[in-house]
Amino acid sequence: MGQAYSAGLTVTESTVLRKERLLPLKGNVLVKQGDKVKAEDVVAETLLPGKVVPLNLANKLGVTPIQLVNYVKVKPGDQLKKGDLLAENKGLFGLGILKNSVPSPTDGEVESISQHTGQILLREPRIPVQVKAFMEGVITEVMPGDGVVIENKSAYIQGIFGIGGETVGNLMVLAHTPTEELNPDLITEACKDKVIVAGAFIRWDAIDKARKLGVKAIITGGVDDQDIKKILGYDLGVAITGHENVGITLVCTEGFGKINMARKTFDLLKQFEGKKTSIHGKTQIRAGVMRPEIIIPLEFQAEELAVPVVKVPILQPGTLIRVIRQPNFGQIAKVVSLPEELTVVESETKVRVLEAQFEDGRVLRLPRANVEVIES
Amino acid sequence: MQYDEKRLTRIAATDCGSTTTKAILIEWVDGEYRQTVRGEAPTTVEAPLNDVTKGVINSVQELEELARLKYGNPNIKFMENGEFVIPRQGDVGVDAYVSTSSAGGGLQMMVTGVVASMTGESAERAALGAGAIVMDLIASNDKRMNHEKIERIRQLRPDMILMAGGEDGGTVKHVVEMAELVSAADPKPRLGKDYKLPVIFAGNQQATPEIQETLSNKVNLIVTDNIRPKLENENLGPARDKIHDIFMEHVMKQAPGYDKLMKWTMGPDHESVPIMPTPAAVGNIMQAIAKAENIEVVGVDIGGATTDIFSVFTEEFIFNRTVSANLGMSYSISNVLASAGLPNIMRWVPFDINESELRNMIKNKMIRPTTIPSLLEELVLEQAIAKEALRLAFEQHKEFAVTLKGTQKQRDISEAFSQSTSGATIVNLMTLSLLVGSGGVLSHAPRRNQSVMMLIDAFLPEGVTRLAVDSIFMMPHLGVLSEISTKAATEVFNKDCLIYLGTCVAPVGRSKMGKLALSAEIQLPDGSVFKEDIPYGELRLLPCGVGEIAKATLKAHGGLILDKEKNRELSIDLHGGVVGIVLDTRGRQPFELPVDAATRVPLLKQWMRELKAYPDEILK
Repeated sequence: MGQAYSAGLTVTESTVLRKERLLPLKGNVLVKQGDKVKAEDVVAETLLPGKVVPLNLANKLGVTPIQLVNYVKVKPGDQLKKGDLLAENKGLFGLGILKNSVPSPTDGEVESISQHTGQILLREPRIPVQVKAFMEGVITEVMPGDGVVIENKSAYIQGIFGIGGETVGNLMVLAHTPTEELNPDLITEACKDKVIVAGAFIRWDAIDKARKLGVKAIITGGVDDQDIKKILGYDLGVAITGHENVGITLVCTEGFGKINMARKTFDLLKQFEGKKTSIHGKTQIRAGVMRPEIIIPLEFQAEELAVPVVKVPILQPGTLIRVIRQPNFGQIAKVVSLPEELTVVESETKVRVLEAQFEDGRVLRLPRANVEVIES
Repeated sequence: MQYDEKRLTRIAATDCGSTTTKAILIEWVDGEYRQTVRGEAPTTVEAPLNDVTKGVINSVQELEELARLKYGNPNIKFMENGEFVIPRQGDVGVDAYVSTSSAGGGLQMMVTGVVASMTGESAERAALGAGAIVMDLIASNDKRMNHEKIERIRQLRPDMILMAGGEDGGTVKHVVEMAELVSAADPKPRLGKDYKLPVIFAGNQQATPEIQETLSNKVNLIVTDNIRPKLENENLGPARDKIHDIFMEHVMKQAPGYDKLMKWTMGPDHESVPIMPTPAAVGNIMQAIAKAENIEVVGVDIGGATTDIFSVFTEEFIFNRTVSANLGMSYSISNVLASAGLPNIMRWVPFDINESELRNMIKNKMIRPTTIPSLLEELVLEQAIAKEALRLAFEQHKEFAVTLKGTQKQRDISEAFSQSTSGATIVNLMTLSLLVGSGGVLSHAPRRNQSVMMLIDAFLPEGVTRLAVDSIFMMPHLGVLSEISTKAATEVFNKDCLIYLGTCVAPVGRSKMGKLALSAEIQLPDGSVFKEDIPYGELRLLPCGVGEIAKATLKAHGGLILDKEKNRELSIDLHGGVVGIVLDTRGRQPFELPVDAATRVPLLKQWMRELKAYPDEILK
């Protein structure tokens, strides 16, 4: 009986999480080590450089770049208000007739003036940026100027795909079973600001209703590709998501199409109904894999915060798996054995396989590449 | 520095890809270089291991184990105390270790020029030829507002920037203006917080002082020869060399573990052999082969995220490479659907499928990129998508591999009415001799016949063209190996790298279905003679094995032609392969598939049956 490495998504009742919360540029950290923070608390902030506004002053004045120095009224580093005079020529014959003056199109600062091109670069005022804690926990590390590390104990579920950024709300399970399609009638005013849980599938009309009613996030087994297109307004070409501003966060635990939510995932969500939940849809499949996360913080003592060693998901007899490609897509099974010989499947592809027993008792051979370990 | 077989008897080579590190062993055996064993392991450049050398060690350990088994010698090993033993001492060590890398997303560049289709395109060609992914080309005339360009430069976070613009003695103002935009954006490198972004200036040399004044405080500015010293001349070499130097000196050092790996790659005298970006190494070997055999070559590598196409055309062996960044078979598969459109994919599918099911299947492949088609129907669908990904990538390649734009050409009266202009593609399928495919969907197709079908349907080769696949994508290893031994690289390329599939014969032109198109009389290696008048719109597959040659007399009818001289009759030797010789009378320029499914599907099934592409049950 062998074992093999495999892909996997975590679904667990309790784990210690450690999250870096970093600023995009150097700035100020507002909390200190040992502080307890709530998800909404701002832990660090900074000012991003404002937008650069280029303007060809020489062209506007009708002079050469070298002549510009005679007409320009500002210098690099000067602070400006919109409408302040940047440059002015002397008009016809130096008499001020048809005088041409150039006002600043924006508030900001003069960055540079070029004698080679006649271009002035203005920088708009800095933009404040705040980083929130996103998940309740304790600050265990401060990286001065950069950000913090927050740790907590949580129930934790990784989704396979999502859209929409970080949000927080109380968990509300609407579906009765992990196999049903969510009935839009179940989405009511009571769902406002909640993270709602569907079963196997949610359609566009339900998603749209939830968004209009102010639901923070939806957790579903599957979703239709064309409904995602409707939410985004474009067809998703590559799975790099999480930055969309679509008014709702959506996390799929299984994939595209109607796919039963894994019983374990559904039961876990049910168990924590009503609890405050941090959730995001950020997905990146390539170069630094990122999957959507559902985080339900639990009570904990400081000494419990030992971050578990990173485990590579392993396939071995007894491992719980999810089938992630047809046939039997979405079904859950338990590994029985890992035969070593290559096996020819229906498509005539020669693959490494495993034998797994399904919930209905069937034992089938499946390509190892087409299963995913359900980690706990 | 080149070494011979006395100094190089055993070489380890790795290619550190974004997901897998592939190692091969090349040895001098019985008077020739051969690739003997190969191993692979997951690449370890990302968390939790954060050290590329761990994956290299794992893949080389597999090489060691397989070499011990192969030679029945338990003493063979290549590394000791976690490092290569160089040179080889009997059973222990290797004479050289070389490597390529595309891990961590490869080399990502932004390029700038004054006129997008002239200096901009030259800069793009230099960057692509050096093995980079070009994130964006920003030019003075690209129709974006200056503030939009600044925002874009700031967002991109490339590994380096290549700036071109102006012929020597030409425009200074536009070149400096672009430098001002770069300076205003104050771009930061993708990797490493504490070093300045390298910016190579390869534009009008008269603008150098102003460029230095504008940029040297903000970036690490490197000046090299103008990429386009005259509009009629392109001088890509110096810029490409600088890109490679900077890739080694700056970019790679920022990636986890590469400082160690860079010390490992060396020849028998302990002189360093620089790590090469994977596509640059592939370009190396393709050019070496084209020159050695005096042929024109196209190579394609279709991966999960991107499709690279390499070509060597014309008597000057002009090399071009394009990367279709969002055409691939897993991470980018959904984008193939978006770019090609559903009807274009479905035109290759010989059965009905629910559209919504197909769309969801494609999206599921995108989010779970490592799955494989277990059902036959899914395999047929993936191969249909692959044909479209390859077709689109090749379209992009043809548009990019062109003669220089903006040049003046003296013409005589005979050319006065011809359509040839500057900027015309140099890709000529009629003169192409060899088409090489690689990447999972082509190299690991369950039947090699499927690889032949995908290559023919996607590239539509014309006249007589040999087809091959690089079975384990060994071209990167051989490309970097050619830096220290062209002999070893070309010998292994010819003997072990390529699996010849066969030859495609495709008369060019349009005719009517069922009308006589090609009379073929072919003496097959088994002594039999194939003789047939083949109507337009058909395919034939004839057996002719690897290393075998069939003597053919071909005659095209109905206005179809067989070669670049527009000959309608040809006596020619056709090379065999693991699949054989394909006679394709479905027409070229244009190649047309019936639009209505009722006519198309029976034809598809007939062609697939003739090519033995799929089991009969799916083609009934």
